Amino acid sequence: MCGSAEKGIDMAAPTRPAAGSPTGDTPPIADGTAISAGSASPVVETATQYVAVSRGRLVRRRFLRNPLAVTGVGILVLLYALAFLGPYVIRYDYTYIDYTALLTPPSPEHWFGTTQIGQDVLAQTLRGLQKSLTIGLLVALGSTFIAAVVGSAAGYFGGWTDRTLMWIVDLLLVVPSFLIIAIASPALQGKSWLFLVLLLAAFQWLLTSRIVRGLTMSLREREFVQAARYMGTSPWKIISSHILPNMASLLIIDATITVGSAIIAETGLSFFGFGVQPPDVSLGTLIADGTASALTFPWLFAFSLGFLVITVLAANFAGDGLRDALDPNSQKGRAK
Amino acid sequence: MSGFLLKRFANYVVLLLVATFLAFALAAVTFQPLSSLEQRNPRPPQATLDAKAAELRLNDPIPVRYVAWLGDVVLHGDFGQTVTNQPITDELGRRVGVSLRLLLVGTVLGTVIGVVVGVAAAIRQYKLSDYLATLFSFLILSAPVFAIAILLKYGATTFNQATGSQFFLFTGETSSGLEGGFGTHLVDRIQHLVLPTLSLALLQIAFYSRYQRNTMLDVLGSDFLRTAQAKGLTRRRALFKHGLRTALIPMATLFAFGFGLIVTGAVFTETIFGWQGMGDWLIRGIQTQDTNITVTVTLFAGVAILVSGFLSDILYAALDPRVRVG
Repeated sequence: MCGSAEKGIDMAAPTRPAAGSPTGDTPPIADGTAISAGSASPVVETATQYVAVSRGRLVRRRFLRNPLAVTGVGILVLLYALAFLGPYVIRYDYTYIDYTALLTPPSPEHWFGTTQIGQDVLAQTLRGLQKSLTIGLLVALGSTFIAAVVGSAAGYFGGWTDRTLMWIVDLLLVVPSFLIIAIASPALQGKSWLFLVLLLAAFQWLLTSRIVRGLTMSLREREFVQAARYMGTSPWKIISSHILPNMASLLIIDATITVGSAIIAETGLSFFGFGVQPPDVSLGTLIADGTASALTFPWLFAFSLGFLVITVLAANFAGDGLRDALDPNSQKGRAK
Repeated sequence: MSGFLLKRFANYVVLLLVATFLAFALAAVTFQPLSSLEQRNPRPPQATLDAKAAELRLNDPIPVRYVAWLGDVVLHGDFGQTVTNQPITDELGRRVGVSLRLLLVGTVLGTVIGVVVGVAAAIRQYKLSDYLATLFSFLILSAPVFAIAILLKYGATTFNQATGSQFFLFTGETSSGLEGGFGTHLVDRIQHLVLPTLSLALLQIAFYSRYQRNTMLDVLGSDFLRTAQAKGLTRRRALFKHGLRTALIPMATLFAFGFGLIVTGAVFTETIFGWQGMGDWLIRGIQTQDTNITVTVTLFAGVAILVSGFLSDILYAALDPRVRVG
């Protein structure tokens, strides 16, 4: 099973050791004994201590206890606000050209300096951030959706469906997705950036779908799924209302982390001119344009690179914290 | 075991054939190799364009072109010609050598140091060194490879200027017109190798150390490790003989995936440091709209990743005593 690993830029604990045996995975289902104890060990000694806590409150409490995760979510929200509201506040438009200020360092006039042709770097960076965040969010939603559909279909139906779908996953993993998207990029020239989103999403779901498949295979044997099946519920109804909600936590975590990895993939493609096409800008195109003169005119790329690293870090911290909060098997989120 | 590996190998060959066909079809559909000719001023006569199209077999159906290309590769070891009529095979060997040097040294350094850093961080959990290692990994994994490579390059420039030396060399893989014996050449190559390899190795160190830290932490709390110490092993021996081996098992499956990351990373590294390897060739192939170059590079990447997948299977079987196949 070539490349049966967990998600690429997934830095948090693979709390389940064997990535190689999908069936060995424990579904992230809240089991009563672990969560009800709240602040004590599973052995509850005094009945007076026992307070039932709803899952929502427990998740919230666990999440808030993780300062990095709270910071991550906070920064992500701030970044989205900055990218979408910022352009209305600042003085210049990203297309505005100030002929009196060519290649000036940061100043009170132009907070982030100006480019060779007099564009305001602050306005450009915000515009690029906006595009990159949009691409990241759309790719995350798209790829998580594909992963959920393909993984659950493969796991639930088994047999030929499973073999065919997993063979396609193997096939797409044989060649790095970067190569394929780069080869397809001449067709993107002059087209909307939404095609780039589609291409990126088409290659981001692969590993997640394997994990979803493993979880589905073990959920399929649970009593509530069996009961639904004997009641005559249709397979897709079972998948959508009994199986996928039970791995909602995994899907949320995955989508959060994919925001970061999609933005990294986008910047990589834009670096070679294969991604977002001019005159539109993204963090990737800004960094690529700025690197040629990075040592002499650092403001050309330092701000966009800074925003990029902060965005991806925030997404990863948020995903990490969500995992600890949502996964009952996680040790870190529990009360100490 | 060998039967199992053979079956897996056959599966890989089929995957590789289909993957290269898809890449070939994609390139053939999107590329317009005649556009550079058409845009010349004065425009070449139509007969020239038709002759070029016939030479590149642009009018044949794509499957026919693929089979013809594949036939030449398998039967004659001939990877075809570029748009400008250069035989690809001539350049292939040198470029593969350049890329492999980068990939192999980077992978070995990255995996070994990554595992060591991860284990050390797990053993010293919540100490300063653990936090530093975590911070380092998060930062590296949050920045694109090209950003790391460029920062390294400018760091090295600053270092060279500050010390007034030429310690780091970062254009190409050797200095041209270098005089001297084997020793001089070796030192020169190493000086060129340091930065590109480092930029790839850093990525892998960050990637593997995160996972290794987590798998090691799982093992550290386990009963069998306590038993091993209880029966009289020193902590160090118990950690290495029982702990590390168990913690390495999940890493074996990660290895194939990590190698895919580094193959992509090498495209950036080679371009930024001016190495004429396969990654650099891919970019040129796409820029010149060259199907044959692009597919050859895709084939190389596919073979490299499948070999790493194969290796990770073997590694898995070697590490995990429960694996008994065939």
